[in-house]
Amino acid sequence: MNSQFPINQNFTKESLKKQFRLSEFLAEKIISSVAFLSITIIVLIFVFVFKESLPIFNFGKSDAAKTEITTDSKPESYGSTPTEELKPETYGSEPTEELKPETYGSEPVTQEDLKPETYGSEPVTQEDLKPETYGDVKAEPIVETTSNETPEVVSENNEGADKTWSTFFTTEWVPVSEHPRFGLIGLLIGTLKVTIIAMLIAGPLAILAALYTSCFASKRVKELIKPIIEMLAAFPSVVIGFFALMVLATFFQDIFGYDSRLNAFIGGVAMALAAIPIIYTISEDALSAVPKTYTEASLALGASKWQTAFFVTLPAATPGIFAALLLGVGRVFGETMIALMATGNAALLSANPFESVRTFAATIGAEMAETVFGETHYSVLFFIGSLLFIFSFALNAIAEFYVKGRLIKKFQGK
Amino acid sequence: METTINETENQFFSNKKKGVDIKGKFVVGITQVAVLLIIAILFIILGIIVYEGREKFSWEFITSFPTDGMTKGGIFPALIGTFILVVVMSIAAVPFGTITAIYLTEYAKENSKIAAAVRFSVRTLAVVPSIIFGLFGLGFFIQFMGTGMDKAFNGGELHWGQPNILWASLTMSLLTLPVIIVSVEEALKTIPRELREASLALGATKWQTIKNVVFPGSISGIMTGTILAVSRGAGEVAPILFTGAAYYLATLPKSLSDQFMNLGYHIYIMSTQSSDVEKTMPIQFATTLVLLILTLSLNLVAVIIRSRIRRKAK
Repeated sequence: MNSQFPINQNFTKESLKKQFRLSEFLAEKIISSVAFLSITIIVLIFVFVFKESLPIFNFGKSDAAKTEITTDSKPESYGSTPTEELKPETYGSEPTEELKPETYGSEPVTQEDLKPETYGSEPVTQEDLKPETYGDVKAEPIVETTSNETPEVVSENNEGADKTWSTFFTTEWVPVSEHPRFGLIGLLIGTLKVTIIAMLIAGPLAILAALYTSCFASKRVKELIKPIIEMLAAFPSVVIGFFALMVLATFFQDIFGYDSRLNAFIGGVAMALAAIPIIYTISEDALSAVPKTYTEASLALGASKWQTAFFVTLPAATPGIFAALLLGVGRVFGETMIALMATGNAALLSANPFESVRTFAATIGAEMAETVFGETHYSVLFFIGSLLFIFSFALNAIAEFYVKGRLIKKFQGK
Repeated sequence: METTINETENQFFSNKKKGVDIKGKFVVGITQVAVLLIIAILFIILGIIVYEGREKFSWEFITSFPTDGMTKGGIFPALIGTFILVVVMSIAAVPFGTITAIYLTEYAKENSKIAAAVRFSVRTLAVVPSIIFGLFGLGFFIQFMGTGMDKAFNGGELHWGQPNILWASLTMSLLTLPVIIVSVEEALKTIPRELREASLALGATKWQTIKNVVFPGSISGIMTGTILAVSRGAGEVAPILFTGAAYYLATLPKSLSDQFMNLGYHIYIMSTQSSDVEKTMPIQFATTLVLLILTLSLNLVAVIIRSRIRRKAK
């Protein structure tokens, strides 16, 4: 007995060692390394989308490399006066309004058509730009000798980098022209307008529907409704866009009788269709996750079903519903095909929901194919892309962490 | 005395009930209207597209090439292009998605930060706008990988460094990766813990348990995930806008380095960039109908399989 015991143990140890197989070890290593792929992809997406937009940030670096004086003058040209001077003038001025009929149709052609138009129509802007552009020509000889005299000139060293920046805060988006202007304000307003319209429609509808499904519907009805509404998520966005373009646009034009057939409102309605299933699913989950003790306590106190639903279940699920709305915003903000097809794609500045708009995502989708690799326009589009990416990343992070923290506090920490 | 109290109480309750009923019915009615409205919209879209697309929709339409500058004929190349796209996409996405899901359910510890980071990035992948994937495909696959491959193998000759079906499929596979991960994870979670423990108790190693017990149980999940991913990939257009989709091709793609036509892209260009939008309307509706039938039926199959998994788990 005594001698057998240790031998036996030795034996098992050995057999354990034998069971360590290289292939298994490798397989497990591969599994855990593949799992990091999704993290890697996220990082790569950011790195590569941002990398392509780097040329527009270029001015700082190479300036500093060339002359020391540049660093002194950089801050001046950066938050530059030209930008601020430009803004008010372009803002209220007619050129934008005059653009309307032109920009109306499809984009690529229009831009070329626009060129002469925009030139003639805004002498004011041109004059403001001139000092900069003049400097461009003379820039290189001057910099070597007396760069103190002309601070703005220095930044003109690398073609348009600084100029691109200064046009970012204007309202005009004229990427294909001799003096390309990349005013993001117009696009931002367009995107916000569509997002607000879409959320105003999709938010209440989806949340009310979720409330009905989780609080009032019988089990059988619930099992019928849920998959049907979630079926809406299976509609490709190009189909929704097509439907909006062909059917909704005409339908609503007949009702409201506005001028531009494709506009922010149509885009908003169509995007609401895309956002509804997301908001619905997530808020329905949040509502169903509210502990039964809450609702039962409320019912036991004599509250009716609807009172319980609105004053107990809904407030308890607020963080989840908030997350649902955030993800809905993210979806609408980055939606490309619907924006391309249904919003009219003209960057106009107006609060009127029945005017054409142009969103960030649609701009990328429409223009990327026509740009040349390495061009400023190309980089600016990638820059917009990285903005979109950061925005959706942030929304998701807020939705995830805020909601998780809140829910845990509410339901478990008590 | 007691009776009066009871009476007043009864009165009170009945009054309250009456008052509540109207308001309650109204409130519940609003939520009901919301549900009905959404469902109505869904069926209206479906109905209109079926109605408008039905006359052109035929076997011939599906199996013939577009003719006369895409104003006549069918959508065969677009259908084949979409098919190749989803097949290559699935080949790339399914193994990675499955492995990630296995890692998350089998290897990741409950509170590990790494697993949380993986989960977070999967969810982020799911919400990143699809156009960003397109940009990434252009920046990473075409400009970085493609150009790099050309420099390494072709002596700088442009072959891979341009939009083609391979890059489009890989781009699409990134987009559909979370769909697969979520489905497989869900299926893996339904495998009872006892099954795993029984296998381990019999002396199987962890890897053997995964290979012989867990993986077979996840097949249905992999199937659901693949079907949903295909349904998603067939419908997305934004990621392939500049990674491989072509306006018109006279022949079918012969290799992975060719461009391809795509159903969704076909709808997009026909409805916005075609020379005669009015004339090709029936074709557009019929193409939309084909795409819709494809995605919805795939989704339906996935929903059915999924509900079966759930029932089994119960």
